[in-house]
Amino acid sequence: MNIPMMTTAQMQHLKVLVQSGLPIAERPYLALAERVGVTEAAVIRMLDLWHQEGLIKRFGLVVKHRALGYRANAMVVWDIPDADVPVVGEKLASSAAVTLCYQRPRQLPKWPYNLFCMIHGRSRESVLAQLARLVEQHQLHSIPKDVLFSYKEFKQCGARYVSELSDPSAVTGVLASKKKCDLGLVAYSGPKAVAKDISLRGH
Amino acid sequence: MELSSLEMRLIDTYQRGFPFCEKPFAAVGELMGASEQEVIEAVLHLQEVGVLSRLGPVFDHKKAGASTLAAVAVPESDIDAVAATISQFPEVNHNYAREHEYNIWFVVTTSDQEQLEATLDRIEIACGYPVMSLPMIHSFHIDLGFQVDWSHAHGRVE
Repeated sequence: MNIPMMTTAQMQHLKVLVQSGLPIAERPYLALAERVGVTEAAVIRMLDLWHQEGLIKRFGLVVKHRALGYRANAMVVWDIPDADVPVVGEKLASSAAVTLCYQRPRQLPKWPYNLFCMIHGRSRESVLAQLARLVEQHQLHSIPKDVLFSYKEFKQCGARYVSELSDPSAVTGVLASKKKCDLGLVAYSGPKAVAKDISLRGH
Repeated sequence: MELSSLEMRLIDTYQRGFPFCEKPFAAVGELMGASEQEVIEAVLHLQEVGVLSRLGPVFDHKKAGASTLAAVAVPESDIDAVAATISQFPEVNHNYAREHEYNIWFVVTTSDQEQLEATLDRIEIACGYPVMSLPMIHSFHIDLGFQVDWSHAHGRVE
């Protein structure tokens, strides 16, 4: 494959622009190309290449779980013997209930957990039920774990990998992405609110 | 507010594999039996009702830069103020309260490791509590997007 005709600075600029999302219009890649100062074909080939290389894990609709009714989410953390992490990690990751599964370092003595997974659900109860099924299915009863439900969202926006300072020409892109970032306090399922929610649903 | 069948199918199908071609919405429409304009309107509607965060890439944290999951433990009465201080940093892209002694959890992303550590130091000074950093060692998950169970919600947006 030919390397697209683009300078390093233009690649950085493209990364900044695209990470805040495509313009929703007939020729989105052309719109990006015009801002970066390259051809539409170069943008398309560059994105395709990043995708093939794995720099881009996926490219498509990034949805907000909460807007779709998935109001509860728990980070489940496990303290697993290091040697068993790959096997258990693969098992957890293969479950449809698990949306993320990462190994992270312990920070002893305060933080003994080394495997993290995220479970989303329509209610706190459904998250706990999915967790119970995972424990049962993979025989994880004896593994110490903790369940950290989220109860407030302070900020959520797409990750920005290119800092504002590293590319002054990219300022407009950064501003655009900032605008899309939900900043502020969104309380959505505080411990009390969840309990109320469950009793209202009656199941 | 209910989602149309096209909107639900777009969510089921295009959380990954959005086409790289001159007229991607037309290409999507062809596969979904809809016109280019219908697809564009559906995506705009998903954005309008707050379902769509963006249409674009999810970068690999490890390959694209440096990032970490960090947490601080603060008294409940301080949580909003400390969280607001943390959220002000442009390098912080997710920030949640969670039920634990470590009650503020956030993701910090920068272009390299050196900047990441400098940012964590600045956050620690700004918020006045020790920051625990838990960088990813290994990802077991292949990010295919999120499978929505429509049977429960019938496409209702909250």
